Amino acid sequence: MSTVKESFDAAPWKGKTKRYDIVKEGSVALAFVMVLTIILSLFMGSPDETPLTFKGWAVSNSDNFYATAVQELAGTSGTATYGAPYNKAADGLNLGPLWLQKWAGVTRPIDSVNDFVISPLSTQVMSTDIASALATWNSATAAQKQAWATAYDDAITNAEGKLADVPSGAYGPVPALAQGLTDMAKAGALDAALLSQGGFFQTDNTKQILFFGDGAYLDDAGTAANLQGGTWGMMNETGRYPGQAWLWLYSFWYQIPPFNNEESKPIGANADAYIMAIMGVLSLGLILIPVIPGIKTLPMRIPIHRGIWRDYYRSQAIRKPKK
Amino acid sequence: MSEMWTAKLRKKWQKNLPIEKLLPDDQPAYVASWIYVFGVLTLSALAMIIFSGIILAFEGPAWYHTSDAGKFVNSLHFWSVQLFFVFMVIHLWGKFWMAAWRGNRFATWATGAVAFIASIATAFTGYLVQTNFDSQWISFEAKDGFNSVGVGAWFTVTNLGQMLLLHVAFLPLILGAITVVHVLMVRKRGVVPPIDAEPSSVSEGGR
Repeated sequence: MSTVKESFDAAPWKGKTKRYDIVKEGSVALAFVMVLTIILSLFMGSPDETPLTFKGWAVSNSDNFYATAVQELAGTSGTATYGAPYNKAADGLNLGPLWLQKWAGVTRPIDSVNDFVISPLSTQVMSTDIASALATWNSATAAQKQAWATAYDDAITNAEGKLADVPSGAYGPVPALAQGLTDMAKAGALDAALLSQGGFFQTDNTKQILFFGDGAYLDDAGTAANLQGGTWGMMNETGRYPGQAWLWLYSFWYQIPPFNNEESKPIGANADAYIMAIMGVLSLGLILIPVIPGIKTLPMRIPIHRGIWRDYYRSQAIRKPKK
Repeated sequence: MSEMWTAKLRKKWQKNLPIEKLLPDDQPAYVASWIYVFGVLTLSALAMIIFSGIILAFEGPAWYHTSDAGKFVNSLHFWSVQLFFVFMVIHLWGKFWMAAWRGNRFATWATGAVAFIASIATAFTGYLVQTNFDSQWISFEAKDGFNSVGVGAWFTVTNLGQMLLLHVAFLPLILGAITVVHVLMVRKRGVVPPIDAEPSSVSEGGR
């Protein structure tokens, strides 16, 4: 663009003007939006699906809750094997040579054995069986605890989660602990116990959310509500309400290869990290559109502006003498 | 004696943004399309978001689960956010096809784009503090993305207290400040002329 044209575009407009009441425009716009919002609110309401509870999980799918409790003790759950920022069990995702997840470190430490099972159980008035199982567990060596929990976790996995089919074995106090936690959850005591660890005032639901995600209950509910990432779930909302449609581009990447294939290395296996990086670059690109060659001139080449300023162009055509 | 900082600031403000520019009573005749109303509609929806959000803030995040009045105010908040994004996206596309960054208006475009990104962050934290099933689900799913690039070490989407404070204090402050700067830049620079407008075409001037 020539310097003359750039200076002209930057200078105050010297041509034809018209009356403009900016205060009236703002007031009318505000009134319009208020009325529209009130109408939508009165007739459509807003989404509010009741949150899931551990009681609901333990009552509706007791075996799954029980098996998840065993996984927490054995260190095989999603949380126990996650890595940063919760523990050092894994290196986490990477962007090529950049291991940002690992480098950020463990800032929200979670010990799935104690935080999810032993500590909540210890807060309860418990039966002799559970008290004895806790005492046995607490006095055992780390190796012994791991051996008991791993053996039981493997046995449940081999029985495909059917607890009735699990053969007897050297599981130590693990079955009693898992049953104690299941009973505690069924009674509705686990939700508060997980939150209240560490004091009276608590506003951090991280432990509850992560424990939920280790089992099938939350995942099944997400699938039923069509909220899974593989089906554009990040921009959906429960019920028939619009969700975060503005996240469409972020959700888009999860629908296409290689991002939608966890087996595809390195990108699919690290899809979360790559997609965050892509969106970071695209966000920067949005800000910098005015200086990106090819894109900054697109509006000049595709004449949508002829429609926006059609009155102006019509008046210019009239003013120009015919050749 | 050197001039006072206050006097310098006042002179600069009066030069760049006199009251006639801030509250104009005329505008270029080429401003004659419905696309122009989406900027002010976006601001109006933002005003509704702030108004309904302040009421929700006074009553707390769980109010709307148990109160019809709370449900209505939450619905106002929900729909004004939806409208806000619809208006803002149309406004953004309109300004793109006008190449509205021409004539030293890069900062106007950039602040608008940053406001769009800040709006997404603010809305996202809003979804996390609904204290319903949706916020349970979103926090569990979203944590992986933030954790994967190390951001999750400090920005903890599963921490209701942190998300609530960011949603009602920090992010609205950022978004509000960027929006004010954006609007002031629009008033300072004026509305961008048509793409093919030439200096020779405006010699007549006047209403």
